[in-house]
Amino acid sequence: MAKRIDVTDLNVYYGAFKAVEGVTMTIEPRSVTAFIGPSGCGKSTFLRTLNRMHEVIAGGRVEGKVMLDDQDLYAPRMDPVAVRRTVGMVFQRPNPFPTMSIYDNVAAGLRLNGVKNKKTLDGIVESSLQGANLWAEVKDRLNKPGAGLSGGQQQRLCIARAIAVQPQVLLMDEPCSALDPISTLAIEDLVGELKNEFTIVIVTHNMQQAARVSDRTAFFNLRATGEPGRLVEIADTTKIFNNPSEQATEDYISGRFG
Amino acid sequence: MTGVPVVDEKPEPKGNAPLGGDNASTARLGDRLFGGAATASGVIVIAMVTLIATFLIVQAVPALLDNQENFLTSRAWNPGGDQPGFGILEFLWTTVVAGAIAMLIAVPFGVAVALFLTQYAPVWMRGPAAALVDLLAAVPSIVYGLWGLITFAPFFRPIQGWIESTFGWFPLLAQTGITGGTILFIAVVLSIMVVPIVTALSREIFAQTPLAHKEGALALGATHWEMIRTTVLPFGRPGVISASMLALGRALGETIAVTFLVSSLPNGAAWTWSLFNGGETFASKIANNAAEFSNPSRTGAYIAAALVLFVLTFVVNSIARIVIERRKAFSE
Repeated sequence: MAKRIDVTDLNVYYGAFKAVEGVTMTIEPRSVTAFIGPSGCGKSTFLRTLNRMHEVIAGGRVEGKVMLDDQDLYAPRMDPVAVRRTVGMVFQRPNPFPTMSIYDNVAAGLRLNGVKNKKTLDGIVESSLQGANLWAEVKDRLNKPGAGLSGGQQQRLCIARAIAVQPQVLLMDEPCSALDPISTLAIEDLVGELKNEFTIVIVTHNMQQAARVSDRTAFFNLRATGEPGRLVEIADTTKIFNNPSEQATEDYISGRFG
Repeated sequence: MTGVPVVDEKPEPKGNAPLGGDNASTARLGDRLFGGAATASGVIVIAMVTLIATFLIVQAVPALLDNQENFLTSRAWNPGGDQPGFGILEFLWTTVVAGAIAMLIAVPFGVAVALFLTQYAPVWMRGPAAALVDLLAAVPSIVYGLWGLITFAPFFRPIQGWIESTFGWFPLLAQTGITGGTILFIAVVLSIMVVPIVTALSREIFAQTPLAHKEGALALGATHWEMIRTTVLPFGRPGVISASMLALGRALGETIAVTFLVSSLPNGAAWTWSLFNGGETFASKIANNAAEFSNPSRTGAYIAAALVLFVLTFVVNSIARIVIERRKAFSE
């Protein structure tokens, strides 16, 4: 059920401002692709174009092409709501719905899709929480508020919520940046398991994390402040970290700047 | 309890001057001043509510003891004299029904306007429109009274006629022969009056829904309306309840507009369930008869009526509090 993403010559704008320029890349199914790069280089912005979440911000639009297998995500009649049901997202800060219980948080997406059968919901809630390595910790308090969990548990709850709707692709926007090292480790282990089922794209500021979890790494950068961000190179993670093709990548991963 | 200075009691090592030894850390003037002021304000508010309740009870009890009628179930109103007999059933019915109908209209409508202003309206329109609504909330009620009498009443009359002729078989909507100042008419004017209150406060809280929650819903494939249903409305729920309570408080206690518009019934008029009946609310009855406060026993009857209004708003507010508290764990 994982799908491949093909991006061709994508520009992203917020109003008149060009945030990202000329990105072309292929994201392989059943693998983890990491986006690294300095702040403001457009990696999160670009990530959001993969499920059209950039359109939530006023003035956000793109030029270019994003293909999910053979579907054009920006075809004129493509519904962004349908895109987001296929391409799920986990955010930087855990954002469980505070007014909902743990159970209802995981079931939220299913209910939006019209699933009402209690048995079906129970089954998917359990398998999703198990898939997010959270089941053992919360199975006795499914009716307690999701906001009562620790930060790391909340983030895994958000992952469970995202995978409950069976997306093809899972986008993760710096999912560990608000978490402590132990919770980070739990999420990283989880990413390693999830890639057997999903196409995963993860934005991270932490280069060790990119090296640990990803199969392919894309390095984004900008020429100067105010210039649009661009993709410098994308390659196997081992190649990016050991033998990058571009000098800029070499400089960044060796800590010479950024 | 505020106003208690926090004292750091760590023992100082011998021979060393205390850290920053200006002797102020145990009782900074500013802390004490503001802490004291806040405590005093809190105490004063509680004391005022208690005193008002005491005043009402003390004034009402003698009249109630002389009362020859059942205060809660009688519709007669003959206070004063040697054999005073008065009951509040009619005012209670009018007040509660008019208030409830006003809420049934005003809350959904006010919430819808607030949602439009925060979630749907183009950004350039939100600020000015919100300012306009706030302004509307501050319009004095006599203006609504005038408007209701001169503009809205002629407009409402044919509507009432149509409802009566179409749904007249239903007791609540039966024809009574009264054409102006009916309970339903009062309720509609009250609802128009309180919509801005509901809108202004709901808008305030809807606008505070964290973007993270809204994005969370959208990323799950929620449509705009589904996003509002899963995040904005539950987030705003306590605020909407509070707003409704304020609005209900105003509707129940609204005096001048109601006094202006209402058709009072003659003493001893036949009982009817119809919303097209006339009838006074507590507030309008008291206001209409302020000239009658000639002796303590007469006045006491009206104060007893005011006491019921006081208890009514107290009960409604308590229920709202309980509803909010019960879901507290689910509101961050």
